[in-house]
Amino acid sequence: MTASPRILPSGDTALTVEFGRSIDPAISRQVLALDRNVASEAVAGVLETVPTYRSLLVHYDPLLVGFTALSETLLALAQRPVPAETRIRRWRVPVVYGGEFGADLDDVARAHNISTSDVIAKHTGSEYRVAMIGFTPGFAYLSGLDPAIATPRRESPRTETPPGTISIGGVQACVQCLAAPSGWHLLGQTPVRTFHPHRDPVFLMEPGDAVHFYSIAAGEFASLDRAAERGETIAELIAS
Amino acid sequence: MSQLVVVTTGPATSVQDAGRFGAQRYGLTTSGAMDRVSLAMANCLAGNIPFAAAIEIGPFGASFTARNGAVRVALSGAARVAEIAGSPMLMNETALMAEGETLKVSAARNGMFSYLAVEGGIAGEPVFGSLSVNARAGLGSPFPRPLQAGDTLDVGTALVAPHERALDTFDIPQTAIRVVMGPQDDEFGAACDVFLNSEWRVSATRDRMGYRLEGPKVVHAGGHNIVSDGAVHGSIQVPGNGQPIVLMADHGTTGGYPKIATVISADLGRFAQTQSGAIIRFKAIGVEEAQAEARKLGEFMRALPERIHAAGGSSLNLVELQKANVAGVAVSATDTGEP
Repeated sequence: MTASPRILPSGDTALTVEFGRSIDPAISRQVLALDRNVASEAVAGVLETVPTYRSLLVHYDPLLVGFTALSETLLALAQRPVPAETRIRRWRVPVVYGGEFGADLDDVARAHNISTSDVIAKHTGSEYRVAMIGFTPGFAYLSGLDPAIATPRRESPRTETPPGTISIGGVQACVQCLAAPSGWHLLGQTPVRTFHPHRDPVFLMEPGDAVHFYSIAAGEFASLDRAAERGETIAELIAS
Repeated sequence: MSQLVVVTTGPATSVQDAGRFGAQRYGLTTSGAMDRVSLAMANCLAGNIPFAAAIEIGPFGASFTARNGAVRVALSGAARVAEIAGSPMLMNETALMAEGETLKVSAARNGMFSYLAVEGGIAGEPVFGSLSVNARAGLGSPFPRPLQAGDTLDVGTALVAPHERALDTFDIPQTAIRVVMGPQDDEFGAACDVFLNSEWRVSATRDRMGYRLEGPKVVHAGGHNIVSDGAVHGSIQVPGNGQPIVLMADHGTTGGYPKIATVISADLGRFAQTQSGAIIRFKAIGVEEAQAEARKLGEFMRALPERIHAAGGSSLNLVELQKANVAGVAVSATDTGEP
């Protein structure tokens, strides 16, 4: 059963279609289904959309379509049944865990009274989904973290964390691309650039994509990093 | 091609156009001019499309020298004292910089941002259709960062037009900044009245990402963290300290603080120009009324070329201008440059 979403104005050039207020895979599927429908129906006046965990932000041109008319169109599209997923893009993302690459790996292991290799096994053992991309270019918020290693965010956030940071905060996980402040726990680092302004494609991941992590040795990082900087994707794409 | 060399500049001067659209779903914000109306005015004078790339000059002074040919410029937005090779240059009028001449502009006298448009435009390689600087993402052209002394921009060589042009200016009403409530105004309950009925001081802690406001505490009815959702240029988010932040052109595409209201698109430029320490108020209007204001602003932008006339009292020789392919561009600027 699909409850009707709420339509909330975000000023006069955008509106928010809110499906819920929590991180919930069912809500995320509804958001992404509406996002696909808006794209495939080429809804008049819509300029771009931003899917998030719980809502779809729709940017539109008020000179082409008004708030009320667009709201009705979107509510009708949201009533369509959420289609079964037929083709999921899966990314395999290499990560160097711990040490200078993941300063908080030991702390996370201690917090859960398990070994660091257990943390790595649990982090690499899950299939994640890109719920949204935001905060900074290419920063993919992932759902699907093993609850056994979910860890409340740090009391004192870091003012800067390195490019490619692989971290967890609460029940969330991420692939970060650019250096940024963060209060999450740093498990490792990937040479993969989810955003590279001089590569085609500029952005690797789409909301809805699946992500798997695998562990690589610290010695492999430098050469992969150079290849990524040259514009190679590094991450392996498996379409299913 | 002529060149414009940055001789001196403050920290907040950068190349900006309408902004970068289509990649907010990947976390890439729009950037673009903080005051799009002033950008369009300068470009219209210079004979460019309304949202061509121009130099957004921050609140401090700056100076530029013309190289390898003459450069025709126009300056709109926050008022400045400007001179070219020692002779006064007026706001909202084109002026010619002969090769080797230097344009000096003072710090902003009112407002924050002025736009220096160049006839023939600024050369660069667009990414997602824009030259706008987004330093955090390493995007922007010709430089992926704010301008620095010594930077050289390739620009159009001045056409030999018979007259300089001036733009009829207009008074910008200094009334309350209009907002549409939401999307999370229901997180605030009675505190919405505090937000709407108080005076707010624009903090000096502000940049192209956001303007902080100082005033009474806006208390959240529930918690001050929400599961992140999308944010726009103009979103007014309220973090745990109850002091609102208005998200501006370089805003994050998503955010985890409740957003009490959104500045209407027609008032974004006027709000961007408020100086640190200024006192402002907000006024809530309905989304339909806000969209009527957006249409009025669109009409105003389309009609900008009609406000252009010859500078210095002589009549504008439109035939000569069209021959020079200057007015032709300006007069045909029937769209606002929206993607």
